[in-house]
Amino acid sequence: MKPVTAITGTMMPLDRGDVDTDQIIPQQFLKRIERDGYGEFLFYNWAHTDDGAPSSDFILNDPARRGARVLVTGPNFGCGSSREHAPWALQQWGFEAVITASAADIFRNNSSYVGLLVVELPQDAVTRLIDLATDPTAEVSIDLESQTVTADGLEEHFDFNPTAKERLLTGLDGIGVTMGHDDLISSHEEARPSWLPTTVEVSS
Amino acid sequence: MTAPRTLFQKVWDNHIVIDSDPTLLYVDLHLVHEVTSPQAFAGLNQSGRTVRRPDLTVATVDHGIPTTGRSLGIRDPLSKKQIDALVQNCKDHDITMFGLDDPRQGIVHVVGPEQGLTQPGLVVVCGDSHTSTHGAFGALAFGIGTTEVEHVLATQTIWQAKPRSMAVEVEGELPWGVAAKDLILGIIAQIGVSGGTRHVIEYRGQAIHDLSMEQRMTICNMSIEGGARAGMIAPDETTIRYIEGRPFAPKGARWDEAVSAWESLVTDPDAVFDKVAVVDASRLVPHVSWGVNPAQTVPVTGAVPSPDAYDDPQQRDAAVRALEYMALRPGTPIFDIAVDHVFLGSCTNGRIEDLRAAARVVDGRKVDSHVSAVVVPGSMQVKAQAESEGLHEVFEAAGFSWRDAGCSSCLAMNPDVIPAGERCASTSNRNYEGRQGRGARTHLVSPAMAAAAAIAGHFVDVREWEGS
Repeated sequence: MKPVTAITGTMMPLDRGDVDTDQIIPQQFLKRIERDGYGEFLFYNWAHTDDGAPSSDFILNDPARRGARVLVTGPNFGCGSSREHAPWALQQWGFEAVITASAADIFRNNSSYVGLLVVELPQDAVTRLIDLATDPTAEVSIDLESQTVTADGLEEHFDFNPTAKERLLTGLDGIGVTMGHDDLISSHEEARPSWLPTTVEVSS
Repeated sequence: MTAPRTLFQKVWDNHIVIDSDPTLLYVDLHLVHEVTSPQAFAGLNQSGRTVRRPDLTVATVDHGIPTTGRSLGIRDPLSKKQIDALVQNCKDHDITMFGLDDPRQGIVHVVGPEQGLTQPGLVVVCGDSHTSTHGAFGALAFGIGTTEVEHVLATQTIWQAKPRSMAVEVEGELPWGVAAKDLILGIIAQIGVSGGTRHVIEYRGQAIHDLSMEQRMTICNMSIEGGARAGMIAPDETTIRYIEGRPFAPKGARWDEAVSAWESLVTDPDAVFDKVAVVDASRLVPHVSWGVNPAQTVPVTGAVPSPDAYDDPQQRDAAVRALEYMALRPGTPIFDIAVDHVFLGSCTNGRIEDLRAAARVVDGRKVDSHVSAVVVPGSMQVKAQAESEGLHEVFEAAGFSWRDAGCSSCLAMNPDVIPAGERCASTSNRNYEGRQGRGARTHLVSPAMAAAAAIAGHFVDVREWEGS
């Protein structure tokens, strides 16, 4: 994962709540075994007509939005399925951050592992950003170190899990960090009761 | 003296490896399926790591597999590649797998409990949001992403920000003819699709205690549809009776030790929850979803609501979009909505009791000539059990198609796709746009309600049928 420190870029507003991960990347694109190549399928069903042509009225297809880096959207973003393909698709389309009043738990976690910055702001700040974002050239800046979002006439602090912050700022491999605690994992393991199940087949 | 703790807190405390925020938790059981694991195994292989505890890991295939003609192989080349990858990964890393030809194959959340692997007090994870199902046993079970799957494979642990606790107190008795599915849809309608976000729900009260394990699984399964990190129900006699004798359940002296440990897994009398919702079960009726999220439901005796019924502008806009997608007009009685398809199955309602409930309604009747109806048992074990009871004959005589086990039309990753513009009464968990196929229109219902809709060709109040 590449480190994430600060992002400045234009916004794309998607002013609807409860956007589930099935909308972000529909199930027909989850059959691949690779981690990349999902960007073109982002919001596929909303972005395409029944015959597969781009829907001209969906904002993702507006050429003026092609360079957008920050998705500004309604509450409970990323609810539903745990598919990590959702943050992959957003990132691979070109988004570096999502600003919402609230993100769903699994989506927020997944994003923190892949370097997609999910920023939760009060709804009135999100609404002001969505208004600003009607201008496709309007920019927003997100500074992870100071946990601040700034845009024209707006400066907002946001909360962020300290460990996820550290991971994003350093881009460190989470597994390597955890493996550094092998002694603690092993001692927990040794203390586990012997009746706990294993998945090993026992012939009766 | 220790402070009173919730069930969730007790299970959490038992698994702390590093007590920080977030906490490093030990994972007792890691369930794996073909869709969310290939990139995790690839990452593991690329960095030259191994699976720390293959003996705490188990895999099956469920999402992408066909439910008919399996002897002919998997025709979809992408699904085949994905399934082949899982077979190879399990072989390479010595992981037990219930593959396509195994009589134990099925939906991962049906297989874990029925094999006796899901037990009280465990931390269970899986790259699937409906992992919450296993909370029905008093386990702390939650869905994770693919990066986390790789992390668990390598370390058998997971970092988790500690969720808050939420009690859903279900008061009163569930009326006759009202299913567990109606109860959880009623709970979600009350708390909303994000009412449980950042929380672990414990379902409590006499109505919960009275439920069978299958019914409890239906409840906990849809916790994620209320936004919750997990759902839990304290283990009791019902739980213990269900587990005893299952293939991976403890035996002999270990069984006695396990049972005595499980008995402490209850919320202490004075423990305080961060949030409480109270639901009156006695007022519940069969529910039908009309919209595109699982909170957009109404009683079957009701009508499609008007967007004007919502005060919140965002909810109103959502209702307008939902009605357009669902091609429904406000005020339309639910009884007047005709269905083209009926899907009985999924990790929500694909268990033996669900099939029995549906079969009771179907018995001696015929599926409406305009309806295509299928039963997809949640596992091959459920299928075998149903066949031993003759349920397949009831369904087939009525005109249902009787299939092999898998996720099937719940998310339409296999060939069981609902065509665009067609309407499906479904016992699954999500009525999202495109969930059962692009343009498909899903109505979530209980198994008995789905069965009745298949016969009538439109929604009916199954309580009137079962009473006759």
